[in-house]
Amino acid sequence: MTGEKGLKFTKEHEWLRIEGNRVTVGITDFAQKKLGDIVYVELPELDEEFVEGDAFAVLESVKTAADVYAPVDGIVVEVNDLLEEEPALINTDPFGEGWIAVFEAEGDIDTSGLMDTAAYRQYAEEEE
Amino acid sequence: MDNLMRTPLFQEHINAGGQMVDFGGWAMPLKYSGILEEVEAVRSRAGLFDVSHMGEITVAGPQALSWLDTILTNDIRKLADNQVMYAFMCYPHGGVVDDLLVYRHGLQKFLLVVNAANTQKDWDWLTQHKVPGVVLENISPDMGQLAVQGPLAEEILQKLTPYKLEDIGFFWFASPVEIAGIPALVSRTGYTGEDGFEIYCPAADSVRLWQEIMREGKPLGLLPCGLGARDTLRFEAGLPLYGHEISQEITPLEARLGLFVKLKKQADFIGKAALAALKEKGLPRLLAGLTLVEKGVPRAGYPVYNGEGQEVGYVTSGSFAPTINASVANALVAADCAQEGTNLWIGVRQRRLQARVTKLPFYKREAK
Repeated sequence: MTGEKGLKFTKEHEWLRIEGNRVTVGITDFAQKKLGDIVYVELPELDEEFVEGDAFAVLESVKTAADVYAPVDGIVVEVNDLLEEEPALINTDPFGEGWIAVFEAEGDIDTSGLMDTAAYRQYAEEEE
Repeated sequence: MDNLMRTPLFQEHINAGGQMVDFGGWAMPLKYSGILEEVEAVRSRAGLFDVSHMGEITVAGPQALSWLDTILTNDIRKLADNQVMYAFMCYPHGGVVDDLLVYRHGLQKFLLVVNAANTQKDWDWLTQHKVPGVVLENISPDMGQLAVQGPLAEEILQKLTPYKLEDIGFFWFASPVEIAGIPALVSRTGYTGEDGFEIYCPAADSVRLWQEIMREGKPLGLLPCGLGARDTLRFEAGLPLYGHEISQEITPLEARLGLFVKLKKQADFIGKAALAALKEKGLPRLLAGLTLVEKGVPRAGYPVYNGEGQEVGYVTSGSFAPTINASVANALVAADCAQEGTNLWIGVRQRRLQARVTKLPFYKREAK
């Protein structure tokens, strides 16, 4: 589970790996650099239900807290428990070991509002 | 970022990979390599900070000392030449205009170093209360200021000057001292809880001074450090930040900084009557150090509750403190909740996390 290939991106600097109705979520390298050293991650519970756009996790860096938003309506089917002991995995390997959770979408996944790698690169550059 | 004020070192920060943020109208580096790494460098080796945004105001004239005595809370009559003192300027009701350092060049010449974001407010306050025989000058635009902090600060800086830096004691200064050939004022002061120096030099020389210190310091593990590390370091060391632990609404007594408020000094300084009355009556709220028992990170502004669930105060500064590997906070709470060992709860977003009142400061460096 590494590398940016085949990922979709949100305007909130999250990456999504969509496989059928399962969506893995993490934050991008751009986002982890902006946040700085992550010192604590507030993770969701397994089977917790979220509506698209709900904050489902909180990343605490030394200086700020950032919400991570649910990419779809659905339930959490996997949580990266490693982050409880090693929150810095989000800094060191944001697209791999630093994944946050996997959602199972309730209905069809609408990808029309998402960016591909090239579009996201440009989006992040403009925000820099 | 374009409409912000810049220190002469702006380009150096960009070159060093600084992440620039708006700090009270100034474009300043939040971090370079990372806050944790920078904090660790200062605690175990050394760090270099650009603090040129700080305000510098000189006070001169035959009435300088007696007038300052009526403006400042600390007993500045006890200051010797080349000595530095920490003090407050207070409002008549006891709230704080600013906290500052006073440098005594001589009986008729003092330097005040004030918070960047308060410089204009302080200037207005001082000029408004000025008396004949006092000459004020805001020299902030002409001054660069760097801080070298950490156990190796002296060793690094000593490579750049023939002046014997070990002769400068804690809260004393020497001026002029040539550092890399640049005429500077050097004080053994800082805002990190470590040994170190603050160096004031002409703004035009500050880039070269920065480069020289970087060159000598780098082989010894010195890192450039941003405001993020600075805030974390000062917070761990129990040093107050204006607008957080002290403010127009929070008196120094509530912030447990009474050591710098000399109610017994003769001069009737602004705020004295109100602060004396407050002390006489008993302080309704006090600053308390809180250590989180559960996992999470407290932040400024979060509410604090007692065991019955009543709101008893709020967090003034909160962070993960890397040096002690704990999440801790300063909180202004009802005085009866401030005793060490008291259990309190911090409202961290939707959750209430248990915390315990602990002794301040959270971190104290070992004596040499």
